[in-house]
Amino acid sequence: MSYNFKQEMNKPERLAPGHRMCAGCGGTIAVRAVLRALHEGDKAVIGNATGCLEVSTFMYPYTAYEDSYIHNAFENAGATMSGVETAYNVLKRKGKIDDTFKFITFGGDGGTYDIGLQSLSGAMERNHDFVYVCYDNGAYMNTGIQRSSATPMYADTTTTPVGSKSNGKMQNRKDLATILAAHDIPYVGQSTLLGNFKDIHTKAEKAIYTEGAAFLNIMAPCPRGWRYPTEDIMEICKLGVETCYWPLFEVDHGKWILNYEPKKKLPIEDFLRPQGRFKHLFKKGNEDLIVQFQEEVDRRWEDLLYRCARD
Amino acid sequence: MAIRERLSGNEAISFAIKQVNPDVMPAFPITPSTEIPQYVANYIANGEMDTDFIPVESEHSSMSATIGASAAGARALTATSSCGLALMWEELYVAASNRLPLALCLVNRALSGPININCDHSDSMGARDTGFIQIYAENNQEVYDNFIQAYRISEHKDVRLPIMICQDGFITSHAVENIELLEDDKVKNFVGEYNPENYLLNAEQPMAMGPYAVSNYYMETKMAQNTAMQNAKQVILDVGKEFGEMSGRNYGFFEEYRLEDADYAFVIIGSAAGTSKDAVDKLREEGMKVGLLKLRVFRPFPDIEIAKALSNCKAVAIMDRSEGFRSKGGPLGSEVKAALYDYAKNVTAFNLIYGLGGRDFTVEEAEGIYKELAGYVEEGKSFEEYRYIGLRGESYSVTRTGQKGSVNDIKSERV
Repeated sequence: MSYNFKQEMNKPERLAPGHRMCAGCGGTIAVRAVLRALHEGDKAVIGNATGCLEVSTFMYPYTAYEDSYIHNAFENAGATMSGVETAYNVLKRKGKIDDTFKFITFGGDGGTYDIGLQSLSGAMERNHDFVYVCYDNGAYMNTGIQRSSATPMYADTTTTPVGSKSNGKMQNRKDLATILAAHDIPYVGQSTLLGNFKDIHTKAEKAIYTEGAAFLNIMAPCPRGWRYPTEDIMEICKLGVETCYWPLFEVDHGKWILNYEPKKKLPIEDFLRPQGRFKHLFKKGNEDLIVQFQEEVDRRWEDLLYRCARD
Repeated sequence: MAIRERLSGNEAISFAIKQVNPDVMPAFPITPSTEIPQYVANYIANGEMDTDFIPVESEHSSMSATIGASAAGARALTATSSCGLALMWEELYVAASNRLPLALCLVNRALSGPININCDHSDSMGARDTGFIQIYAENNQEVYDNFIQAYRISEHKDVRLPIMICQDGFITSHAVENIELLEDDKVKNFVGEYNPENYLLNAEQPMAMGPYAVSNYYMETKMAQNTAMQNAKQVILDVGKEFGEMSGRNYGFFEEYRLEDADYAFVIIGSAAGTSKDAVDKLREEGMKVGLLKLRVFRPFPDIEIAKALSNCKAVAIMDRSEGFRSKGGPLGSEVKAALYDYAKNVTAFNLIYGLGGRDFTVEEAEGIYKELAGYVEEGKSFEEYRYIGLRGESYSVTRTGQKGSVNDIKSERV
């Protein structure tokens, strides 16, 4: 699968301009990147859990989607797409439809890591032929930056506020890609918004065109929630990868593959410093919190290296 | 020729599902509806139908997947009971507001707690305002017949609403009775193919479903649903008539049993109507003019028709198999009384609760209530309403004395 950046960028957009997502929103960039991986001519049904993306892209009577689209509720994007995909199989078998359709569902970390995890797990275990894409911005941004199980430790959110007796969220983030890999589905990939978008494009194409269930976890920064200048999004994503906070990997039919190993792993401060939600970590006396954060990143990175080396 | 069989209510509706052969059925087991997905899965496993069954991980997901399948353009259904329906709550509203003509086979069971697997109507009555059409059955024959009519009603272009086909848990779902089945080809011809106008998998015309709608639009969507519910009344009657012409069994909003000249009547839903009919027959033999209105269609609510049917009665007992916890009776009581207030103020109506969590309701109890109605009207005796029939121990009730119970005549006391 050769990748030509210019060619990809010249494809017609399947998420039309004019939607109401914030300027610089990582979620929107992720959606456009994933939809670009659909082959021209292939039809698609796009699913969506309730969240920023849904309320901003399908506000009656306007839809930003060129393809068919269904939003049902917050916690059931997986189950809803199970029904759509099954209907496709039946109607195709009965000769009622001819076209080839692909199925892609988007959810934020709230709809995916938390309230929608059961529905997602069920759909993946049943191996429905669709891709579930989590655009992970690490908090419930739609309702106003409340912590989720994807929120990193010590992040300042509106339900884990930093105060005289609090350093923000007290727990580590859930490793969802690994949980999905444990479902033994055909394909799991973790990516983010990088450089010429080759990584996310390649993974999205694999996920869409691999038969059976596939899951993509995409770090999609939210400038409002993370508190960094909007225009810095690509730098933030890059630092997430170079510090090994957000490693790029895939699990293809059970095989763990590390897609990128930094030549020189950067210290986690480089990722944390530009973000307002971690500002308190750089106050005098909080040095040990950063040490702890670094230890957790290292532990997870070593664990990933081990999984990938073993395969 | 009709086929004579002996089936339980669950077998009967499963057989109807097989004959209709819908496209997609997601389901999650819950007593007493579990047999329905089991029978369907067996039919599929043996090549007797080609529906795709989705063994989902919860009832929330079963309704979510049913919605997805229906939106995609498939004829879809699910089955559940009690807590399963409660877990679907949010999705019931979504199905109705998206105007999806899917079917839900409900086997009525009490809601928790305490956990109880037996019949009452608290599950479906709780879902009465979700926008589903609700049709109830007295026995397995009616369950079968109602399901065969279901999609003709729900898919009608003037309706396009989801439909709930209800039967009483265990009493109907598990008891085996004689039944007349229709031939496969007759059922197929009656139900017809599903060809939706707009659906997700229409390659020519993509569609988006489930928008965010602000205050400028939301209220119109509710009126559109309400109009569809109003339209459903005529469609239910038309489909019932056409079904009658095919099967010899006619269906309307309700059955009037010896009601025409009745002084005293029950309004009742479901299997206990059979019990009450025995009481009616017995009292008729004794010379009492008693009758019964067995409500089949609760949504849309046929208020004028009910009021008309009861308008010559002196007193009626509205029998609720679920609580409303307004401390004054159940949902059927509220709605029938409202209909009478609007259209037949002369009829005295009492509301009683019976059969919660599968508590037996006997012919003798039904007889007793008819006699109390007569005693109130003819002998000026008081009538304890809102009480629980067959309760062990003390029952909160309000005693009503005096004709037409003016406010001053009513005393509220524990009896």
